[in-house]
Order: sequence, then structure tokens, then C-alpha cells
Amino acid sequence: MESIGVLIVCPMNTYLEQELEKRFNLFKFWNFPDKTQFLNTHKNSIRAVVGNATAGADAELIEALPKLEIVASFSVGLDKVDLGKCKEKGIRVTNTPDVLTEDVADLAIGLSLAVLRRLCESDRYVRSGKWKKGDYKLTTKFTGKTVGIIGLGRIGMAIAKRAEAFSCPISYYSRTEKADLKYKYYPSVVELASNCHILIVACPLTEETRHIINREVIDALGPKGVLINIGRGPHVDEPELVSALVEGRLGGAGLDVFEHEPYVPEELFGLENVVLTPHVGSGTVETRKEMADLVLGNLEAHFLNKPLITPVV
Amino acid sequence: MENHNHEANINQDYLCNGLLQVLVLEPPPVFKFHGEQLSKIFHFLKAWESPLPLHQYLTINSQSVKAVLSAGTTPITPDIIRLIPSLGIIVTTSAGLNHIDLQECRRRQISIAIAGTLYSEDAADLAVGLLIDVFRKISTADRYVRRGLWASQRDYQFPLGSKLGGKQVGIVGLGSIGLNVAKRLEAFGCNILYNSRKKKPSVPYPYYPDVCDLATHCDVLIICCGLTDETHHMINKKVLLELGKEGVIINVGRGAVIDEKEMVECLVQEEIAGAGLDVFESEPNVPKELFSLENVVLSPHRAVHSEETLMALCDLVVGNFEAFFSNKPLLTPLVED
Repeated sequence: MESIGVLIVCPMNTYLEQELEKRFNLFKFWNFPDKTQFLNTHKNSIRAVVGNATAGADAELIEALPKLEIVASFSVGLDKVDLGKCKEKGIRVTNTPDVLTEDVADLAIGLSLAVLRRLCESDRYVRSGKWKKGDYKLTTKFTGKTVGIIGLGRIGMAIAKRAEAFSCPISYYSRTEKADLKYKYYPSVVELASNCHILIVACPLTEETRHIINREVIDALGPKGVLINIGRGPHVDEPELVSALVEGRLGGAGLDVFEHEPYVPEELFGLENVVLTPHVGSGTVETRKEMADLVLGNLEAHFLNKPLITPVV
Repeated sequence: MENHNHEANINQDYLCNGLLQVLVLEPPPVFKFHGEQLSKIFHFLKAWESPLPLHQYLTINSQSVKAVLSAGTTPITPDIIRLIPSLGIIVTTSAGLNHIDLQECRRRQISIAIAGTLYSEDAADLAVGLLIDVFRKISTADRYVRRGLWASQRDYQFPLGSKLGGKQVGIVGLGSIGLNVAKRLEAFGCNILYNSRKKKPSVPYPYYPDVCDLATHCDVLIICCGLTDETHHMINKKVLLELGKEGVIINVGRGAVIDEKEMVECLVQEEIAGAGLDVFESEPNVPKELFSLENVVLSPHRAVHSEETLMALCDLVVGNFEAFFSNKPLLTPLVED
């Protein structure tokens, strides 16, 4: 398979890149300053694209690669892949579901605890020597708080399971109500936000869910409410979120994703009621290896004419 | 102002200025936040406000005192107890009991009301929060983003963390806090093991009578036990080396359960992988070597300080004193096993 051209669109994982290099003729997109020339030169040898949450395969790239057969994403979210175009051209698409579910759910709870109990802020307090001058203030208890989840798929359910262990009552919003669930369903995000203390975004990013967290939802969540986003930056109207946090209209936020990564609104840097992480939802050694193996497995299966492991298209 | 005392059916002999008389040696945190409310029910003798040395103050003021409110810092020794001849109850707001001479209290038949399981959920929440923070580098990441480094350091990838699921977690002390920690971490897919004074037959987790042996079999040690003569420096260099280079230690018990000097050395020499610490041997002093470590999360002994819990504590303190003064069973009496 060493002659098969595979294009990896951005740096994502050293182990993955090394393994791809061993098995295929790997092109690293970021090594070519003139992308147009690169594509013109190599378009007939590239049969696979490997993307992730940052960059995937949009219509333009797909059109530029006439021999493209498969897009394997190093992520579960596929908002950076033009799925319609892939379907139209018979291009297969795979992602990395399940292997990262637990890590993302763990981070959602970790961010909730960090915001409510001010973990990062009090770590700063100790390191700066302020503890010698006085005790840190009271924080907010996490156990027993109502948790509202947007999107009750694999990740949403894993978050619910963890929050239940803290005796948190669970409620959710989903496109359709799920039968046989003991969690309370709300038919709109605003109603969910009005009735929970911690609101967690865990749905895929689509045209319908873009800015699903808007001014109305933020107002409903209120000055004691906390927003946790482990989905995608564009789920949230970011300028609205920032002004609500700065003005105290929203109680706090734990954010792993942003509208224009790696840029994070600087107004957030001085706030003690926010916790900011650089899109590390699936960022553990164990999980990234499993994700990489899944990408490699899917590509191998495709080129050996075997069934794909985790196809979406 | 409502007449609290009638509702509680209290013996009027116990009243001073219409209020229940309670001696306080040092101000508990509940004073800071609920002091005014409490002063409507109790007449407090505030020992710490007097210029007199404690023994002298007690000799003069404590002859008729029946009740003491303790914050957990001033040791209640046989000497002190001797100076309060009518002492019938000590209500302590601390999680630990190592400041009270339990033997002397038993001898004098002095009841002790404890904070009970009031703090257990908050303490467990903090233990889990610190563990996730260390494993997933949340505080490190927050610092990194706030310094603008995510945007500016384009070629640098923020280091990967470690997955919680499947990890062996050893809980040292399986009391109310330890059990709450276990219940939470099971939902994250962790495997729970434990060490305790005695094996708990009703519990499904594997028991290790020797804490060093526990450390050998764990990826994480979570200290949830109180401080006693037996547990002092129980986590020593040997235990830490058994925990190993990938091992993480979390402490929401008492600083002195761990040999702090050895732990700092292990962290600096990378003999263990990280630590999440809410308590220290000599608070509020924290070994400065820890300040330059990225794999350590530090908390200023706040495990049990949420607004909700402090409010519940206030109610518990009032409830216990009222029960004592109306000859009813205490809400949360110390039951020794």
C-alpha cells in the first residue's frame, strides 16, 4: 500500500503520522506553502484524506482531489467534512466514535467541578502566597445540582451516568424524546436552561445546532447558572456568552471549545468563574492511540476491500 | 424575634440573658458566615477575645458552663476539661476529632456531637475534582490558555493527559468520605480498592490491610482518613515508591497523614507522577517546591467549604445544642467503635 497517496490536513498525532508514513505515501499538507500547486501536482495520487476537529475535507478540497475515495476523521465530530459532497461522489467517511466517549464525559464533569468549586482559581490563590493572608472564600456545592444535557447520544449518556453518581437530577433536550429513560425531557433548550443549574452541550454541530446557546438560553440559565461546552465552539454565540459572563448575567462557564480556535476571547482571561481548556476533550495518551488505530484500521480495511470499522458515509 | 427556647422545651436554668450559654475557644468558620444568626440563640463566651491566657479565663468564667463549641484547632485536653467542671457537651464543627481527648470525655461522661457526614459529599466532590484535574491537566490548561499560549505557540501541542477509566484507585480510609469517593469514581470506570483500620464486610471492593501493599496495586491513592497516632506519616517514602512513577496521590484527609517532605522529594525527583492536595502539614504554609510543578494541583483546605454545607452546619450546631439542653438525643452523637 506504500504507493497509495494519503493527505493529512494538519498535525494531530505523532504516532498516527508515523504509522501512516510506514503504510502509505503520506503527504503532510502543512509542509506545502503553495497549497494550490501541491494539489495540482499530486491530485491523481491522493486517494485518502485524514482530518480532525480542526480541519477536514470541505467541498473545495474534495473537488480538487478527483481520486479521493475515503475521508477518515481523527474525531467523532464531522462538522469539518462536507458529508453531502462525499455522499454525492461516493466517497466513504469514517470517524472515531466510542473510544473517546469516556474521556469527553470525564472532562465535562471535571470542568463542572472546576468551575463550581473554583479549583483553578484556588490553585492560583495558593501558588501566589495569598493563603498565608487569609482563607479562600466559599464555593458552590456540586453534589445534588440539576444537570441539563443537550444531546443524549453516547457522550451525553456517559455524562448523565457520571453526574448521577453525584446525586445530580438529570434533564435533557434532544431532537426527539427518548423512551424508557428516567431523565426529564424538555422540548426546548430554553426550557431546559430555565430548569437546570449546570447546562452541558453534548450534541453534534450541524446547521440546526449552530448557536444553539444564544442570548435567550443564556438569560434562562441565569446569574447562578453554569454552561459547560465540550461540543463545538459554534454551538455557542460566543460574543453573547462573553458579555453575559463579564456582566454577571451568567454564573460561570467551563469551555473546552471556541468559535475560532486557538483564539479565545481575552475578556475571559480575567474572570474567576470560567475555566478554559485548549480542546482537550479526547486528549489522553490512551484515547488518542485508540483513535489513531481506528483511523489506520478504517483506511486499511478500505484499501483491502474489507468492511469499514466505523463508517458514517 | 421568635422564641427559639420555648419550641425546644429547654430547661430555663440553662439560660443566660434568655439565651443558651455556650463557651467557644476559637471561632469556627460558621461564625464568620452565620455568627449573627447564632448569637440570637446562644450567649457565647468567647475565650479567644479575652486578653487572659486560656487557663485563667476558664477558671474565672467556666464554672457553670455546660456546653462548648469547638472549631477543631484548640486542643481540648484533660487540663482544659478539668477547668470546666459542669461540662456536658462538646459540639465540634471540624471533620476530624484528633483535637479532643476522647478518653477523658468518656471518663467524665461528656457527650460529643460531630459534624457527621455533613462534609462527606463536598470532600468527595473535591477529591474527584482534584483527581480529574491532575489526570487531565485542567488547571495547567487553564493557565496555558489564559497566558495566550494556545494562540501564540502554534507548533506546540499541549501535553496529553491520562485516562481515568480502568485505573486502579486505592482509597485510604473507607468512612463516609471514602465511600462517597468510591461511588463517584465507579461511574468513571475506575476499579476501587481500599485500606481501612478494619475490613468492611458489606463493601464489594478488595481490602488491603497494609497500605504499602495497596500502593503496589494502585495507579492512584486517595487519602480520606482522619489523623491519629497510627495514621501519622502513614504515607511514607516506601509507600510512595510503591505507588510508582505513574502514580498519583490525592489528599483530602489531613496533611500529616503523608510525610510531606518525602512526598515533595518524590514529586521533584519524578518518583510519582502527580498530586492533588487540599491539606498540608503546616497550613497555610505550603512547600515552595510545589509551586513550580505543573503536575500538582493545590487547594487551600477548602474541601468542605461550600455555602450550602456551611448553612447545613449552622442548623446542625443549633440542633445539637438544643437537643442537649432539652434532654433529647443528639442529632449527630459521636459513636465510637
